[in-house]
Amino acid sequence: MLRLFPPLAVVLLVGPVLAGLAGTLLPAFDYLPVLGHRAAGLQAWTQLLELPGLRTSVWLSLSTGLVTTILSVLLVVLLCAAWHGTRAFAAMEAWLAPLLSVPHVTVALGLAFLISPSGWIMRCLSPWLTGFSQPPDWRIIQDANGLSLMFGLIAKEAPFLLLMTLAALGQADGERGSVVARTFGYRPMIGWLKAVFPRVYPQIRLPVLAVLAYGVSVVDVAMVLAPTTPAPLAVRVVKMANDSDLNLRFIASAGAMLQCALVLGGVLFWWMLERTVRWWGNRWITTGWRGGRESIPRWIASVAGATLGLAVIFGLLAMAVWSVATHWRFPAAIPAGLTSANWKLHASGVTDAVWNTLSLAVCTTAFSLILSVGVLEFEAATGRRTALSKVGLLYVPLVLPQVAFLFGAQVLLALSRLDGEWIALAWLHLVFVFPYVFLALADAYRAWDERYRRTGLCLGASPLRVLLRIKLPMLLRPIAAAGAVGFAVSVGQYLPTLFAGAGRFPTLTTEAVALSAGGDLRSVGIYAMLQMALPLAAFALALAAPAWCFRHRRGMHVIR
Amino acid sequence: MSTPVHLRILGALFRRFLSLGVLAILGLTGLPPVRAADTNSWTATLAEAQGQTVYWNAWGGDDRVNAYIAWAGVEAKKRFRIEVRHVKLGDTAEAVSRVLAEKAAGKDVRGSVDLIWINGENFSAMKQHGLLHGPFVDRLPNFRWVDTDNKPTLVDFTVPAEGLEAPWSMGQFVFLRESRRVPDPPRSAAALLAWAKVNPGRFNYPQPPDFTGTTFLKQVLLELAQDRSALCRPVEEAQFAEISAPLWDYLDELHPVMWRNGRVFPANGPAQTRQLADGEIDIALSFSPEAASSAIESGQLPDSVRTFVWKGGTIANASFLAIPFNSRAKSGAMVLIDFLLSPEAQARKADPRHLGSLTVLDVDKLSPADQAIFKALPKGKATLSPEELGTPLPEPHPYWMDRLEKQWLTRYAAGR
Repeated sequence: MLRLFPPLAVVLLVGPVLAGLAGTLLPAFDYLPVLGHRAAGLQAWTQLLELPGLRTSVWLSLSTGLVTTILSVLLVVLLCAAWHGTRAFAAMEAWLAPLLSVPHVTVALGLAFLISPSGWIMRCLSPWLTGFSQPPDWRIIQDANGLSLMFGLIAKEAPFLLLMTLAALGQADGERGSVVARTFGYRPMIGWLKAVFPRVYPQIRLPVLAVLAYGVSVVDVAMVLAPTTPAPLAVRVVKMANDSDLNLRFIASAGAMLQCALVLGGVLFWWMLERTVRWWGNRWITTGWRGGRESIPRWIASVAGATLGLAVIFGLLAMAVWSVATHWRFPAAIPAGLTSANWKLHASGVTDAVWNTLSLAVCTTAFSLILSVGVLEFEAATGRRTALSKVGLLYVPLVLPQVAFLFGAQVLLALSRLDGEWIALAWLHLVFVFPYVFLALADAYRAWDERYRRTGLCLGASPLRVLLRIKLPMLLRPIAAAGAVGFAVSVGQYLPTLFAGAGRFPTLTTEAVALSAGGDLRSVGIYAMLQMALPLAAFALALAAPAWCFRHRRGMHVIR
Repeated sequence: MSTPVHLRILGALFRRFLSLGVLAILGLTGLPPVRAADTNSWTATLAEAQGQTVYWNAWGGDDRVNAYIAWAGVEAKKRFRIEVRHVKLGDTAEAVSRVLAEKAAGKDVRGSVDLIWINGENFSAMKQHGLLHGPFVDRLPNFRWVDTDNKPTLVDFTVPAEGLEAPWSMGQFVFLRESRRVPDPPRSAAALLAWAKVNPGRFNYPQPPDFTGTTFLKQVLLELAQDRSALCRPVEEAQFAEISAPLWDYLDELHPVMWRNGRVFPANGPAQTRQLADGEIDIALSFSPEAASSAIESGQLPDSVRTFVWKGGTIANASFLAIPFNSRAKSGAMVLIDFLLSPEAQARKADPRHLGSLTVLDVDKLSPADQAIFKALPKGKATLSPEELGTPLPEPHPYWMDRLEKQWLTRYAAGR
């Protein structure tokens, strides 16, 4: 029975990705029989290369991805080196999970309002300080170089990498490495960089690549913060795929393949960067330099981290305020009045979106948990690592650009009459939810003390009974946490919902993105609030449920 | 040059019509009274519609439109037991492409779109590819109230509707201004350019292919083109370059003095309205003459905003409702459309407290009671009277929309 889980997971996970990739690749070479194209030519590619502004779009995508990744990694490394092991660091850890649970686009919307020339910061400073009675004509968001886009991405990706690094630090025994380095006379930051970082980095390498791939091919955040004349490649590909001129689909397919090539190019660049840093780092480590004054880098790390954190928090706060504002015009620092009318106006539409979001998130998360436990249990029983965890198969959906296979997956779903069906949508969500759930659960699951099992078996319990009565209850906390992560991932999905849902299953995220293009910030605020509230509720539940379940078991209490 | 240009275009349209045969002529001469057989089949339609779920694909970028659709859904449920789901589109083309893809994949029944709010190039594309159900419009009992004589309810951007889509809403291109900063509005393309040069950074337009943005392009071109009649049909590439040249010269001059130097554009009309509310710009565009009043009503715009139009007239068109060929709820969709054409639903739509967009009905044809409802509608303070609204100009052929959008992208959205 357990044997079935790993292949099932692989098929469910990799199947749609590969099939989708094929479904994108073939039209890129002008092969899509349902539209009467059987040519297998390069026409789509020549048309793609003739698109106005293609070079700018490509450059924008690449630079966004690379700069975002480099700065995020630098920030995380600096923060860890400067503060790892301190009380401030532990306090920051507590903020990470809620920050991570907020969908990308919600953060982007908040930031956009915060920093734009008519945004909250400017409203607070005008006119008493700036002298502006009307917003200045400054190009802050949607700037030509994508700086605001990078800022928005770093605000989300740095916390993600930080969380991954924290997990890795536990495994790499970072705490003691740090102490040993310091006893050798190394300054704390230099000691961390020289003794701990080299052991941590290999473990966060795949997450870093996922960040890189995401940055190169992001769509939803880009629709809020990226320039549009022209837009980054991925945004243009999605637009072309949804055009009423079906011939554009071939160009879109070729564009999706180009998008893949960009990610590959980015990864290649990163690989070379890694080699360079390693070569240089090895020489640096062996110089024996103990380091000097560290106040400046420490200060930079704190200011950068705090700026990002505060920007995200105040951006989200602004959305909350908007959702209850009557009207709020420049340069007023606060709305003219507060009202619940906006919420009442949206009540019916919101209910639908909340229901779709919830049902998708709950079902895909639950299924992912079962699948993950099945695979991990198989690994525990056989003592072997499956292909899933060994070769990084899990990261395939996370590293491959979504447009590259969602587009093909949509064609296949249409052919199999599954498009617009709930089950198809749930499946595509699963492809993205499962890897996160598995990764979040695996370490704790593997660390479980096998002696409990043996004791249980010796007392005459069946393996299933041991699993259900001993192992799973003991692992309830990590299982709940992994569930919360999966839930948050599902809530945040934009493109999969758009492509497989045929518009029939609006979720909070698709509605928020649709509204953000225009409309009223008051309605955007409502959707942003809910988008944030659902994952937060899931995280709260993940904390509360085990505490409640074990309220009568002293040994299972949370020790803090 | 005795006849005004727009009349000549209307004349040309009319001639096109005559060549279209019986159906269109029937439409033009007014509808025959509802016959007994029709009533029977309509009763059957009503019965069949019960319990159906209608997925109404409509642009979802405007809160007031969304609220109106939600209201219609509640009413349809109450009166006809029809479930209405609003699929909020970012761009109507998304739904067109979905239906087209379904047809390509051989999905001839159980399609995902039941009702679509549409006009212009999207209708033209659907009609051309045979993606529409119908003709069904003359089966709708409430269609007899529609003004088919004085409003462009039977032609859509010069393309005959042929009963494949029912008129739903009238629009006319208008400009909104912050009256405290623009006391004397620029009432022509040339005046707008001059104003923008004196007030740099205070005007913009939504980025084509957004329809408000593209309409601005067409509006400027109609005003600047040497030969307006060329715009009501497709032309050769060389001719396109020649006729559209004044537009590009104009934009080349306008963009440097626009908001963000013409390098960033609002995504659509509502986004631009937000910028007007935030004081980012002083002049905005809309396709609804009641937009300003209605946004003042909802608190979105300050009550100093006013509406104005250009002296030479502005583009007017109707938007329509159509049913895709593979809809799984055709009866439900038809019953819903018929309800939306009822005097009651149209009056609510025309009410600036709710949506405030012009009705497609001929109010004089209605019963005295219904007429009274329309007459009692409040007129918003920022709404122009029909006289002030000026001459409606007909939409150019969809070809122009497509070509102008492509050309615009090449010229202004290709980066450095």
